[in-house]
Parts: sequence; C-alpha cells; structure tokens
Amino acid sequence: MELFDLALIWAFIIGFGIIMYVLMDGFDLGVGILFPFARSEEERDVMMNSVAPVWDGNETWLILGGAGLLAAFPMVYSIFLPALYIGVFLLLAGLIFRGVAFEFRFKARSSRYLWNWAFAGGSTVAAFAQGAVVGAYIQGFETSGGVYVGGPLDWLTPFVVVTGLGMLAGYALLGSTWLIMKTEGDLQEWAYRITTPLLIAVLVIFGIISVWTPFVDDMVRERWFSNLSIIWVLPVLTLLCALQIWRSVRNRSEGMPFVATMGLFITTYLGLVVSRWPYVVPPEYTLWEAASAYESQLFLLLGLLFVIPIVLTYTAWTYWVFRGKVRAGEGYH
Amino acid sequence: MELDPLILSRIQFAFVVSFHAIFPVFTIGLASYIAVLEALSFKTGNPVWTKLSGFWTKVFAVVFGMGVVSGIVMSFQFGTNWSNFAQASANFLGPVLSYEVITAFFLEAAFLGVLLFGRDKVPAGLHLFSALMVAAGTFISSFWILAANSWMQTPAGTELRDGVFHVVSWSDALFNPSFIYRFMHMALASFLTGGFVVAGVSAWYLLRGREVEANRKALSMCLWLLLFIAPAQLVVGDFHGLNTLEHQPTKVAAMEGNWETSENVPLLLFAIPDQDSQSNLVEIGIPGLASLILTHEWDGEVPGIKDAPVAEQPPVAIVFWCFRIMVAMGVLMILFAVAGLFLRAGGRYYQNRWYLQGLRFMSFAPFIAVWTGWFVTEVGRAPWLVYGIMDQAEALTPSLTGGMALFTLIGYIVVYAFVFASGVYYLMRVLFEGMEEGHEGEDEGVERPARPFSAAHVSFEYNQSGKPANEGGH
Ligand code: HDD
Ligand code: HEM
Ligand code: HEM
Repeated sequence: MELFDLALIWAFIIGFGIIMYVLMDGFDLGVGILFPFARSEEERDVMMNSVAPVWDGNETWLILGGAGLLAAFPMVYSIFLPALYIGVFLLLAGLIFRGVAFEFRFKARSSRYLWNWAFAGGSTVAAFAQGAVVGAYIQGFETSGGVYVGGPLDWLTPFVVVTGLGMLAGYALLGSTWLIMKTEGDLQEWAYRITTPLLIAVLVIFGIISVWTPFVDDMVRERWFSNLSIIWVLPVLTLLCALQIWRSVRNRSEGMPFVATMGLFITTYLGLVVSRWPYVVPPEYTLWEAASAYESQLFLLLGLLFVIPIVLTYTAWTYWVFRGKVRAGEGYH
Repeated sequence: MELDPLILSRIQFAFVVSFHAIFPVFTIGLASYIAVLEALSFKTGNPVWTKLSGFWTKVFAVVFGMGVVSGIVMSFQFGTNWSNFAQASANFLGPVLSYEVITAFFLEAAFLGVLLFGRDKVPAGLHLFSALMVAAGTFISSFWILAANSWMQTPAGTELRDGVFHVVSWSDALFNPSFIYRFMHMALASFLTGGFVVAGVSAWYLLRGREVEANRKALSMCLWLLLFIAPAQLVVGDFHGLNTLEHQPTKVAAMEGNWETSENVPLLLFAIPDQDSQSNLVEIGIPGLASLILTHEWDGEVPGIKDAPVAEQPPVAIVFWCFRIMVAMGVLMILFAVAGLFLRAGGRYYQNRWYLQGLRFMSFAPFIAVWTGWFVTEVGRAPWLVYGIMDQAEALTPSLTGGMALFTLIGYIVVYAFVFASGVYYLMRVLFEGMEEGHEGEDEGVERPARPFSAAHVSFEYNQSGKPANEGGH
C-alpha cells in the first residue's frame, strides 16, 4: 500500500541536498581555487578564515547525499560510482587534502606553504571532478540490466573537460563574490577586480556547454527545441543574474554579487534538471526505476525528517555567529 | 600479468577500513571516559578532573577528526568497488549506513561543539550533558554500523527477490543472530582501547614525573576499569565464538586450525596450516581443550574445515594466526589488569618502573587486538560477502578493471600515508605538550564551532630550539 510517491519525495530531498551542497561548498572550494593567486600570506589567512568556521558543515551535505543515494536510489549510486571510478577517487582525495589543510595550516609555520598547496590543489581537483560528474550525467551512461558496462575512462570526453572547467570557473566566481562580502580593504578590492573576468569566463564556458549539450543528446534537444516552452524562462533568468552581478560589482555593492551568483547557479541547475527530468541515469532509467524498495525509503525518511531541520538550524546558527567581516589578524583558529 | 580486480579490491577495502576502524574504537572508549571525568568534575568540583578532561578532550578532538576523514572514503567504497553488492543490498544497508552518518552529523551539529569549546561558555550542567550525548552518540553510531556488518555475517530478516534483498522485518535484520555478541564485544573492545591508551599515556607521564597527581588518579581509575572489563571480554568473546560455531562453523574450524570434523580436538598453540595439502604441516596443542571450550565436553565434536568444499574455504592461516594474536592480547590485558591490583599495596602501581614501562607498550595492544579480531571475522567469512548467499566475486563492480583498482589502491595508500602521518605526528605533539597549563597563549581567539582539531591548541612544529614546548621545567 503506497500512500505517497516516495520516490518523488526522495528526488526532491536529494535534489535539494545537491543544490545546497553546490552553493555552500561551492564558495569555500572557490576560495581554495583562488588561493594561489592571493598576493600575500596575510591575505591567505583572511581568505581561509572567512570559510574556516563553516566549510565542514558545508561538506556534510555531500556525505548525506552519498548515503541518501545508496538508500533511496541505489541504481544511481551503483552506476555513477563505477562509471566515474577515477573521478570519485580524485574528488575524495581532493576533499581529504583540503580538509586536513584547514586543520593544520593555522598550526604550522615553516611547513605552511605545504598546506597552502594542499588546500589549493585539493579544492581545484575536487571542483573539477564535480564538474565532470555533471558533464558525465548529461552525457549519459552505457548500461545493461541496471549495471554499468562501459569502460573506465568513457566519461572523460572533451565535453566533460569543458563542464569540469565550467565548474572551476563557477566556483571561483562564488568564491570571489563571497570574498567581496566577507572582506574589506585591499583584499576586497582585489576580489572586485577579478570578479568581472571570472564572470566573463563563466558565461563563455556555460554558453559553450549550453550550445553543446543538445548535440550530446537527442532527448535534451527535443526538450528545448521541439516547441518553445516555458523552460526558456530559465536561461533568461540566468542571463539576468549575470547582468545583476556585473552591475552590482560596478556599483560596489557588497552582498549583491554573491546573491546574484547563487541565483545564477540555481537557475543553471534548474535548467539542467528540466533537460533530463525524470531520468536519473540517462539515457535509460527514470527516478522510479532507480528507486529502492518503498519500505526502505520510508524507513530512512522518518529519521531524515527529524534531522534535516536540526542540520538547517545549526547551519543557520553558525552563519549567524560568524556574520560580518573577517579582518586580518583576527583568526578563528 | 593479468591484474585481478577482485583481489585488489579486497586489499583496498581491507586497507581503508582497517585504517578507519582504529579511530572509532578509540573515540568510542575515550568519549565515555571523558563523560565520566566530566561527571566527576561536576560532582566534586575537584580541578584535577577538569584538567584531565580538558586534556583528553584535546586528544579526542584529533582522533575524532581522523575518524571523520577516513569514514568519508568508506561510504563511497561500496559503490566504486562493490557496486553489485551495493545494488543488491541497498534496501537494507542504504538506510542503515545513512542512519550511521545521520547520527554522526547530529552529534557533531548539536553537541560536539559544546563539548570541545563550551567549557567556559555554557553552564556546567549543559557541558556535562553534551559530554554524555557525545558518548551516547558514538554508541548509536556503532549500533548501526555493526548491525550492517553482522547482517552480512548472519543475514536475517531479508528476502532475496530477483537478485535484490528486500527487508521483511527490520527488527530481525537489525538484531540478527550475531549482532548482540558483536556489539558487546566491540563495546568492550572500545573501552579496553580507551582504558589501555589512557593508562599507557598516564604511565608515560608518571615515568617522566609530569603532573603526578592527575596522572596517578587517571591510572588508578583505568586499572579498576580494566580489572573488570578485560576478563569480561574473554567471557563475551567465548559466547561470541559459540554463536559463530552455530552460524559459521567453517570460520570456527579455521580459527581452531581443525581440518577434519572430529571429537576430542586439541587446542593448537602453534601450527602451520597449509591450504594445498588441507592439513597442518606442524602442530603443537593441548589435547581435548578445543572440544572443551567449544562444546563444554572433553570429547565434544568440532567441525572441520574440510566440511566446506575447497572453493568455499577461507584462507586458514590468516584466520588461525590472527585469532591467536587477538586472544594473546586479551590474555596479556588480563594479566596487566590483575597485576595492577596486586601492585596497589603500597601504591606500587604508580611507582614500579617495570610496570609503567609495560603499560606504555600495552597502549598498542588493543589496536592490535581490534585489527586481528576484524581480520578473523572478515577473512573467516571469505569467500562469502553475505554469508551463504552472495560471494565476493558476485559482489564486485562488473566494469572494474585490475588497472583501475590498482591505481586507486596506490592512490589511497599515498593519500592516507600523508594525511595520517600528519595526524599521528600531531597527536604525538599534543601528548608531548601534556596537560600542564600556560602554554596556550599564542593561539587565543574566537573559536570555530565543531572544528575538531581546533580544540587542540598545539603548534604543528617543534619550537625553534627543536624541543617540544613543554619539555623540562616540570
Ligand atoms: C564500531 C564503530 C564503527 C565502525 C565499525 C565503522 N564506523 Fe564509521 N564512524 C564511527 C563508528 C564506526 C563513529 C564513531 O561514529 C565515527 C568516528 C568519528 C565520527 O564522526 O563518527 C565514524 C565516522 C564515519 C563517517 C564520517 C561521518 C562524519 O562525517 O561525521 C562515515 C561516512 C562512516 N563512519 C562510515 C563508515 C562505514 C561505511 C563503515 C564500514 C564499512 C564504518 N564507518 C565503520
Ligand atoms: C571497522 C571495522 C572493520 C574492519 C577492521 C574490517 C576489516 C575487513 C577486512 C580485513 C576485510 C578483508 C577480508 C578479505 O579480503 O578476505 C574486510 C572485508 C569486507 N568487509 Fe569488513 N571490516 C570492518 C567492518 C565492516 C563493516 C561494518 C562492513 C559493512 C557494512 C564491512 C564490509 C566488508 C566488505 C564489503 C568486505 C569485502 C571485501 C573483502 O572481502 O575483502 N566491513 N573487512
Ligand atoms: C580474550 C579473549 C578473546 C576471545 C575469546 C575473543 C573471541 C572472538 C571471536 C570468536 C571473534 C570472531 C567472531 C566472529 O567472527 O564470528 C572475535 C572478533 C573480534 N574480537 Fe575478540 N576475543 C577476545 C579478545 C579480544 C580483545 C581483547 C579485543 C580488543 C580489544 C577483541 C576485539 C575483537 C574484534 C574487534 C573482533 C571483530 C568484530 C567482531 O566480530 O566482534 N577481542 N573475538
């Protein structure tokens, strides 16, 4: 007896988890990507301090997503992970290196440069790998009987390299606008300066991806071009967000660039979702086919409904406690 | 040479999980110890308890941090290397493993921050409550993960339909036949780990004459605890073994090194099991003892390894020897705990240098026992993954090639070597720094919540002089 379409509810929960993760870990990965370009060790201290109190809370969404996928959509879990085998390894290795760098950089003196590299390298690799996951998802997977049957490096196509670069640029933009909001003085000035070129890079790469995607897959082409539908609102909104970023940087507004960048990410994400909906393992399986048993989905949902509000409250509280500008010499370490 | 993805995946899984496992067992024990110290400090107001608790909380923070980092890799291993298994068992393992993660989050989100950073910022009662919750949380976490593992050992409450397990009874599946033994054995193992590490570190401080009063109290406490739980582990282990005899007779046969089902079986002290000849090349044993232990009769019948076809036998030598090492560690632990009791007369337990030196080395014993214990359990289950239902080869990711598996195996070894060398090195720094006050000045500032490592204010490197900041002077 199935009262609710649990698979659909789970799709929303996981979809929500993914965008939460992308937005939140996105800016702290972005700060890591920009790390090597900062001009002094002092600026690096401030940059790191601006994300230090929140980054691991941000990453919890990834783990929740991973475990949630196994529980709710095991087919997605057991096809994506083998198909992206090397990518997953790089992602995890990247996240581990940067996690450890957070802990030890503040405690290190002579070995500090090592942790700088661990932080920047880890962030960059992780961001690229996440972009690659998106690209691989758009491309689809070679499966048979619910099992991945392609080769180990099938995912590594030129298209995926471009989506990887797109993610790098996008996260860097989130990072730079976050720094505008959280810092002041020279560092903020620098962040303002790099934001516009980053925005241009993002627009160019996202543009290439958008034009390319319909050629990668027929279904996507059909969805967007067969008849003019409401979904064209999304790219329009994306462009409006981009315009808003550009304008607010020119007006020296402090919070708006970050907010507009989040808007840009959300609309792009929704665009991606509608391109493929309801396929979770393109091109074969929909979310209903990939779902686990009803009673298993229900069993976990009960616990999750209890925990998600707590995690959200805690997250909000942390951001509240650490609101305001981060200043040089004032660490959270 | 053809690389075998199966064997490489097994090595990889064994490597990452062995790495992960030693951190949780330590944090689980330590969390309870800290809760006890907090309670004592709350009740008596004696600053010694507060000092001890503060110090061990720092250690806890570092170890917990390493547990989290290594745990993240674990939750992706199922999908990358064992995707057929993940797909087949997701209806049960998915929710169960998710609950483990959720518990860990919940802990981290709500209470860990308060425990680590809240001592002077929240009321004492709330701080104590947080310590209790963290301790309880580590147990809830191990509840889930051990239920998952025990289900793979002794599956119950599920039904295989079209190659996928469906849960028919959550309570049967969670409380499967080996769960309760494994849980108790693990809980005691955690306490033993916490106890022997604290005892060993205290002994080391005592040998150096540092903070004598606090460390003497800590040592005395540990020795009382160990006096009860070290023998208790033997008893629980015995029950665990009897239960295994019922459900996984081949594993027990391998632990005993007994090839033929027979009566009056000796307890082997030494043997060289040989899979090819299906016999022991050499053996030295005590007649009848294995029969007595396993059946409680001198001439009881003990199953033999040969009852299982060769293809369904585990690698006997590993199981046989790991079991002996674990039990040897357990017996050593009992000896040390009992010796502590005798040395109490005249306070010799904290003055006898031999004893203290011995305790120092005993801090490694629980880790060795935990590792070898898991090897017995897991290797002894081979070739099955879900006992009697799904074997390792079926579980493997079909698209996985040997080259890929080798690449990530080396990758994980490199990453872990780097990360954990730093972590363990840093832990050593915290221990060197000790619990003396007045060395935290340079690191003051606003605390970050839930940042495990940041609870430990110790510099990563030695000072310019090349000495740990605290050496001398005390
Ligand atoms: C007996 C205990 C035990 C065992 C056998 C395992 N774990 Fe564990 N695990 C814990 C006890 C624990 C813990 C005590 O709850 C940890 C340690 C630090 C922490 O945050 O929770 C943890 C952390 C931890 C985390 C990080 C959670 C976080 O970010 O806070 C993950 C994802 C896993 N584990 C997953 C696993 C998997 C997939 C395992 C087996 C294959 C496993 N653990 C074995
Ligand atoms: C944390 C403590 C654990 C340790 C130290 C441990 C240790 C090991 C070892 C050494 C192996 C290798 C056996 C062999 O290759 O013959 C293994 C296998 C395995 N274990 Fe565990 N294990 C632990 C917990 C778990 C848990 C909780 C699960 C599942 C939920 C699990 C699932 C597996 C799987 C899937 C394998 C298959 C790979 C293989 O057989 O090598 N393990 N484990
Ligand atoms: C003193 C005598 C001991 C006995 C008779 C004993 C018995 C056993 C047995 C029979 C198993 C295998 C169960 C199975 O796979 O079905 C086991 C596993 C294990 N043992 Fe022991 N044990 C002893 C001491 C210890 C000690 C001192 C520790 C650690 C501090 C320890 C830690 C473990 C662990 C971690 C496992 C694997 C998990 C599990 O299956 O419970 N054991 N033990």
